[in-house]
Amino acid sequence: MTAGVEDQTEVSLTALGADESLLGETGPSGRPTKKNIVSSIVGPLVFLVVFLAFWEYMHLDGMRRFFDKPGFLLPSSVTVIDQSFLDSIVRQQMITGLAWTTFTALTGLAISVVLGITLAVLMAQARWLERSMYPYLVAAQALPVLAIVPLIGSVYGGGIGARIFVCVMISIFPIVTNTLFGLTSVEPSLQELFTLRGASRSTRLRKLQFPAAMPSIFIGFRISAGLSVIGAIVGEQFFRAGQKPGIGVVIEQFRQKARFPQVYGGLMVAALLGIAVFFAFGALRKFAIGRWYDESS
Amino acid sequence: MTETMTTPMTETDDAVAFRDVSMTFPDGTRALSATSFAVAPGEFVTVVGPSGCGKSTLLRIASGLTTPTTGFVSVDQSSLGYVFQDATLLPWRTVQQNVELLAELDGMPKDERRRRALESIELVGLSGHEEKYPKQMSGGMRMRASLARSLVLDPTVFLFDEPFGAVDEITRERLNDEVISLFMRKKFAGLFITHSITEAVFLSTRILVMSGRPGSIVGEFGVPFEYPRDPELRFDSHFAELCGEISHALRGAHS
Repeated sequence: MTAGVEDQTEVSLTALGADESLLGETGPSGRPTKKNIVSSIVGPLVFLVVFLAFWEYMHLDGMRRFFDKPGFLLPSSVTVIDQSFLDSIVRQQMITGLAWTTFTALTGLAISVVLGITLAVLMAQARWLERSMYPYLVAAQALPVLAIVPLIGSVYGGGIGARIFVCVMISIFPIVTNTLFGLTSVEPSLQELFTLRGASRSTRLRKLQFPAAMPSIFIGFRISAGLSVIGAIVGEQFFRAGQKPGIGVVIEQFRQKARFPQVYGGLMVAALLGIAVFFAFGALRKFAIGRWYDESS
Repeated sequence: MTETMTTPMTETDDAVAFRDVSMTFPDGTRALSATSFAVAPGEFVTVVGPSGCGKSTLLRIASGLTTPTTGFVSVDQSSLGYVFQDATLLPWRTVQQNVELLAELDGMPKDERRRRALESIELVGLSGHEEKYPKQMSGGMRMRASLARSLVLDPTVFLFDEPFGAVDEITRERLNDEVISLFMRKKFAGLFITHSITEAVFLSTRILVMSGRPGSIVGEFGVPFEYPRDPELRFDSHFAELCGEISHALRGAHS
C-alpha cells in the first residue's frame, strides 16, 4: 500500500518538474533571461502555429485521406472561432457554461482539499489507521464513475450536487496521498529536535509536519485542480438537470445537434479552463512557499 | 523521561554521568558495552572514535533520545543543548524564527525569546542575517544558526553530535573557534563527539578514546592547553604530540 503512495508521489514530482520549466521565467539571478523568454513564450507560440497548420490540413484533406470521413467533422479553426466566440448567442452560452463549470470544479476542489487533508491528517496519526483506511481509498479511486452514475443520481438528484460529487470523487485521491506523504516524511532529525523539547502531538503537527508537508500538498493541489475540471465536465455529461448548464452540458447539447464547430469551441473553453487552473495553482504555490522552498532540492 | 534518566546517581554534581551503560539494538547489534564516565560542570569532554563505533549512540543516550539497555545515566534534562550532525533548521522559518524555536516549544514568552534570540544570533556572528531563510545561507552559516538556537535556552549541558562533519576544513576551524568562545562565555559542560583528532584536541579539556563495536572507552587524555585557544595552537609541537598519542591509542584499539 505504501508503495502505492510513493508511486503516486513520484509521478507527481515528475509532473512538477515538467511544469517548472513551463513556469520558470526567471534565471538563477531571479530576473528573466533571454533563454527563458524563448522557452516560455516563443516555444509555445511556434507550437501553436504548427498545431493550427496541422489542424487546417486535417480539415481540408487529412480526415478524408486517413479516416475516410468528411472534413466537416473537424471544422477549420477559423470556423470554430467564428461560430463559437464571434456569434453572440453561442458566446453567451459558452460564458455561462464556463462560469458553471468553474463553479462546480472549484466547489468540488474545495471539498476535496478540506476532506482530503482531514483524511490525511487522520491517517498520519497512526500506522494502523493508515493501513486500515488506505484500501478503501484506493477502492473509491478505482470505482468507475460511470458504474455508479444511477446511484449518485438517486442520492444527489441529477443536478449540480451530483456533478460536485463526481468532481470530489475524481479529485480527492492525489490530495490525500500527497498530503499523507508530506506529513509522514519529515526528516527524522527534525522530529528528534521536537522530541527533545517534549513537543506534543498537536504542536508537532502544527509547527513541524504541516509546514514540512506544504510542498507535497501543493503538488496534490495542482494535480487535483486539473482533475476537478475533468470531474466537473464528466459530471455534466451525466447530470444535466436544472438550469445550470456547464461547459460539458453545452458541448453535449451541440453534439446532439451535430453542430461540430461549437463542440470544438466548447472543448477549447474546457482546455483553457484547465490551463488557467493549472497555472493559477502554480502561482499560488510560488506565492505561498516560494520564499523558502528550494525547487532543486 | 525514562526511568534510567531519573534514577538518582551517586552523590556527585556531575553535569553528565554514565555508569555501566550498555546498548544492544533490537536487531542484536551491540553498540555500547558497559561504559562509565562523567563530565563535570565547566569541563569540555570530547569522545573520539572511528565511524560506527557507537559514539553517536552514546550521545543519543545522554540526550534521552535513546534508552540504554542497561546502566544508569544522569543528565540535567531541563537545560540541555543538543547540536545535531546537520543544522536541522526548519526551512520555512527565517534565522530569527529558527533560533526562537526551542524557546517557543518550551513556552517562553514572546518578548523574552525574541530578546534572547537576537542575543544568540549576535553571539554566533549572524547579526544582519535574521530574516534570511536557510536556503539562502551557506553550510557554515546554517551551523551557526543551529548553535544559536541551542544557546537561547542557556543550557548548562551542551551535547554536540559530530556537528561540523559536513562543512569544509576552513569553516570547521572557524566554527571551532566559535565553540571555544561560547564555552568560555557560557561556562557550560560540553560533551562533543567527533572523528577528527585535531578538532578534539583543540576544543577539549579532556578526551575519551572509543573503540569499535561494541563501543567502549579505551583511553583517556587530559588536554593541558589554556583557554582561550589560539588558532595557531594547531601548529604547536605539543599539540601535534598529543594528537599523535591519541592517534596511537585509536590504532591500538583496532589492532
